[in-house]
Amino acid sequence: MVGNEITSAEYIKHHLTNLTFGNHPDHGWMLAGTAEEAKEMGFWAVHVDTVFWSIGLASLFAFYFYKAAKKASAGVPSGLQNFVEMIVEFIDESVRGSFSAKNDLVAPLALTIFAWVFLMNLMDLVPVDLIPWISSVLGIHHMKVVPSTDPNVTFAMAFGVFFLIIFYSIKMKGVGGFVGELTGMPFQTNNLLLKPFTTVINLILEGVNLIAKPISLSLRLFGNMYAGEMIFILISLMYSAGWVMGIFGGTLQLVWAIFHILVITLQAFIFMTLTIVYLDMAHAEHH
Amino acid sequence: MNINLTLIAQLVSFAVFVWFTMKFVWPPLVKSMDERKAKIADGLAAAERGQHEQEMARERAKEYLHEAKQQAAEITAKAEKQAALIVEEAKTKAQEEGARQLAAAQAEIEQEVNRAREELRSRVAELAVAGAEKILRREIDTDAHKDIVEAVAKQI
Repeated sequence: MVGNEITSAEYIKHHLTNLTFGNHPDHGWMLAGTAEEAKEMGFWAVHVDTVFWSIGLASLFAFYFYKAAKKASAGVPSGLQNFVEMIVEFIDESVRGSFSAKNDLVAPLALTIFAWVFLMNLMDLVPVDLIPWISSVLGIHHMKVVPSTDPNVTFAMAFGVFFLIIFYSIKMKGVGGFVGELTGMPFQTNNLLLKPFTTVINLILEGVNLIAKPISLSLRLFGNMYAGEMIFILISLMYSAGWVMGIFGGTLQLVWAIFHILVITLQAFIFMTLTIVYLDMAHAEHH
Repeated sequence: MNINLTLIAQLVSFAVFVWFTMKFVWPPLVKSMDERKAKIADGLAAAERGQHEQEMARERAKEYLHEAKQQAAEITAKAEKQAALIVEEAKTKAQEEGARQLAAAQAEIEQEVNRAREELRSRVAELAVAGAEKILRREIDTDAHKDIVEAVAKQI
């Protein structure tokens, strides 16, 4: 898809630009034509492609799982139900393994995270130029199809989990217990003179520990997927460099895609497992 | 990295999908899976019980068979004994009957002999009388000389 008229840098940049709809300071509400315009819109902009693909994929997940759940019976399962139950069983085992308290939210949360992240990552395996090309034919010039390469997506999920961590920490231990956990550890003292120092140090340490959870969650996923997508884009650049490089690129793409099957599953699994572990820690009385 | 309104949209949709999963997807699936688990466990237990019962029934049947065989053997033995007894009885009866018949025959023979002897005697008496008549050439009054004739007959 790379014509002679655009350079490699432009090609990469084009691929990494979201379809942005927002409030431009000069032109009002509009679709951004370029990455610069999108940047100028600041916070009041929506990545239409990200929202479309992520909600579309989540709806796909919700539709099929709801279909299976509606037909679910204790009889002999078949086809879709078998598949769905296999995943549910897998999630259920993971939750049982690392979550010791009782909470009906955690398992469905883990399932949603796993399925959603997996599906969003799976878009990475679609050839990088296919959907952008189709959309350009339809008149849409920017199209980033892998939602998990958009930090908005990963941060939104991580913040959702973070919110639940704080909510359950306070619910299980009370505000005092939560604050005590943040200030009373790891340094403990009964000396009244030393107490303010340890409190401040503890607060800094535990605060970093707490903030690190959502940040690491989201950046891990984002970084992995962004890098993976970048490599796919770089490989696809080779197609424009003659047929020898093209064949070499094709082989590379195949190898990278096979390797990426592992990566996308692993990333979804890590996100889910860490969510369960963090929520378990939020429920636990003591570290 | 453009952080913008997308974040909020994603947060909201994340919450909605988690809620949806929690409300409509997870509970029925887990419930049906648990039910199936219970059903399978029940089925396995029933199968085990059935097998056990079958084993017991087989044991019982074996016992019955053994008992029946024993009974049959007993009955046969008893019947054989009885048969022997009957044969023995018949034998003795036959022997007795034979002895009795032999005795009766002997008695009859004796009676016959006696009668024959009696007749012979009377004949001899007649013959003696006839002889005496011939000898005497004269009619002897049979009534008057009966005692003499008889005495003669007895001496023969």
